[in-house]
Amino acid sequence: MAELNMKERQAGDVTVLDMDGKITIGEGSVALRSAIKRLLDEGKKKVLLNLSGVGYIDSSGIGELVSSYTTIQVKGGGQLKLLNLTQKLQDLLTITKLLTVFDVYESEADALNGFQ
Amino acid sequence: MPSVTAETTRLVLPSRIESVEQAAAVAEKMAERSGLNPEATYHVDMALREALGNAVTHGNKKDENKTVTVVITSSPGTLEIEVSDQGTGFDPATVPDPTVGENILKPSGRGIFFMRTFMDEVSWSNTADGGTTVRLVKHS
Repeated sequence: MAELNMKERQAGDVTVLDMDGKITIGEGSVALRSAIKRLLDEGKKKVLLNLSGVGYIDSSGIGELVSSYTTIQVKGGGQLKLLNLTQKLQDLLTITKLLTVFDVYESEADALNGFQ
Repeated sequence: MPSVTAETTRLVLPSRIESVEQAAAVAEKMAERSGLNPEATYHVDMALREALGNAVTHGNKKDENKTVTVVITSSPGTLEIEVSDQGTGFDPATVPDPTVGENILKPSGRGIFFMRTFMDEVSWSNTADGGTTVRLVKHS
């Protein structure tokens, strides 16, 4: 079984990635990077990462979330938002001061409404 | 009288990302035997993965002719881990604070910060052949 599984669905013009597994050095981080690149290649620039199933993330995974953010939102002219952080991930984003960088939601409806 | 004494495991692992999982599995069991609670064991796991990832990627630069040595010592109330690479040495003072200014949006550079955050003691030294050893200690 893959380290990180992702299911993609559309909610209007927003692409939701339901993620399950680990985002860690190696396979998990590469899988996220590949998914983001593919979405941008397909012109999908509004992305919501549903992280409720991500029970483990390391500094490489945190770095990949940052790369996703800069690739989509800073360089790509799109929007990236995060949904349903686990407590561990929320703690890591807090200590790295990234919680204020990302748009984070606990409700998918609120997250979708947050896209412009 | 308690008969529990220190237990040491030494792993010599290839410079592959997969080695991280192997060492983490051993460390988790030894952390439990040291009496560390689940949160402390999670912190050890995080720090060990960062140390090993650094040793494989930055120290040995994924050269499979080089190995990473992990020495884990479990004693009542304390877990100590040493991770040594065969690289060319490393000065942790050269790594910028990832929580300051423009560093916040850098894609890398948080591993050492995590080690220092999650462990009670973290120190670096040079090995006899010029590589780096990072020593991680966690108390219950």
